[in-house]
Amino acid sequence: MYDVRQVREDFPILKRRVGDRPLVYLDNAATSQKPRQVLDALTEYYERHNANIHRGVHRLAEEATALYEEARRKVARFLGAPDTRSVVFTRGTTESINLVAYAWGRKNLREGDEVVLTESEHHSNLVPWQLAARAAGAKLRFIPVREDGALDMEAAEQLIGPRTRLVGCIHASNVLGTINPVERLAALAHAHGALMLVDGAQSAPHVPVDVKSLGCDFFAASGHKMLGPTGVGVLWARPELLEEMDPFLGGGEMIREVHLEYSTWNDIPYKFEAGTMNIAQAIGLGAAVDYLSGLGMENVREHERHLGEYAYRRLSELEGITIFGPEKDRTGVVAFHLPDVHPHDLSQLLDEEGIATRSGHHCCQPLMRRLGVAATARASFYLYNTEEEVDALVEAVQRAREFFGAFAR
Amino acid sequence: MMRELYTQVIMDHYQRPRNRGELENPDLKEHLLNPLCGDEVTVYARFEDGKVAEATFTGRGCSISQASASMMTGRLVGKSREEAASEIEWFKRAMTGEEQFSEADDLAALKGVIKYPSRIKCATLPWTAFQEGLEKL
Repeated sequence: MYDVRQVREDFPILKRRVGDRPLVYLDNAATSQKPRQVLDALTEYYERHNANIHRGVHRLAEEATALYEEARRKVARFLGAPDTRSVVFTRGTTESINLVAYAWGRKNLREGDEVVLTESEHHSNLVPWQLAARAAGAKLRFIPVREDGALDMEAAEQLIGPRTRLVGCIHASNVLGTINPVERLAALAHAHGALMLVDGAQSAPHVPVDVKSLGCDFFAASGHKMLGPTGVGVLWARPELLEEMDPFLGGGEMIREVHLEYSTWNDIPYKFEAGTMNIAQAIGLGAAVDYLSGLGMENVREHERHLGEYAYRRLSELEGITIFGPEKDRTGVVAFHLPDVHPHDLSQLLDEEGIATRSGHHCCQPLMRRLGVAATARASFYLYNTEEEVDALVEAVQRAREFFGAFAR
Repeated sequence: MMRELYTQVIMDHYQRPRNRGELENPDLKEHLLNPLCGDEVTVYARFEDGKVAEATFTGRGCSISQASASMMTGRLVGKSREEAASEIEWFKRAMTGEEQFSEADDLAALKGVIKYPSRIKCATLPWTAFQEGLEKL
């Protein structure tokens, strides 16, 4: 049985207060809080093992290298990756996708080629492709989002064709609370000889991920959204693709032999890890995936599905509210719009009650245009949130509406 | 706390904005987006004898940005280009605490925003739009 009270005990920050109120942290799609186990891993590393990796022969360097590579094995297992060499540490999802757009795109995109994305991409899976497409003379095409938040798969079948070189899609939406059928998109892409990139920033923290069964070629995720530290993320790619790709960043560690005029590259994944990496953060991410695996990702998913649906139901009680995305089978991301209180003002009033939410375009300006709003309010739940916190949110939203309503009369 | 931010004056300008709407054939028209939140404003002005004869705004945004636009358009009427430019400069300095609002000034209602750094841009958005418009005249 999933015991959320027990889980909360592991997160020191959940005990703090904001003003005179207990913190209600509902901005998990932006970043997650960290359990004691991750904080301890960071402290332990800095207090006992801190050294640069892969280069020193002294004891600390050996220990640091072993911990860093152990973290890579943990992340590979967590993602269902059969080959540890296929896991590249990056700074986060954004860097992972930029790595692919640059290192794969520069070599493989040609004039007239097409990259198929969706209308609901986070800017991190849109802007890198705009840059890559412009450099190559390639075209971007977009799978539309239907009214219910789902992708228009009929349109996808038309859009993905012989010119398509790559299909890129968010696995879970940071606005709509949807999980996209990336397996089907991958099959469509492969039927036309294209590759499939999955932006897993909002899925890896929340649902079981197995890159084999997704059938994708690239999978990107961020450590800080899945209980890990900031500054570390992951790119998983089929190893043969990593072998073929040229490096992204040049410098130390990514080389084998360096001459004044040319160099040769290190083996994968090191070919893509130039300079001193965020070693402590990678080790912290290893501790985070251990923690998640200990809870069981199926349990995490069920807890959040319940909270997402409960939040949808409770918020629906508010007159005039628009809630984006599906009512059922959603993730813990719930974005909504009120006719009478601007999202910014709402977040400010909620903050006054210790409730942390996000307002704005959520790095999805094209999706906001599609939804016909400039900004939305968003509550996003994680494995430590409770029904009582959903209730606190709904009551605080009601009070915010009353506060604004009093001035309107 | 919220009374300090959402003052009566701000809420009044937000709920009943002055000078809201487009101007036909404006001498100045400038659109500006706050990339942080997606809020947007367009300011319009018509000049007569070198002075702002009419100033209006359109757009969508939070109470702070809308109230600020409402107050600004009232404030800039009758000002020459130079006077408007220095008024805007003064307001932006005031929003970073470098200048003091006089208590008699309606704009002092925005003083509470200074405590919320993420909201200062909301207050300055229409002023920056007008400033950029002036520079293009």
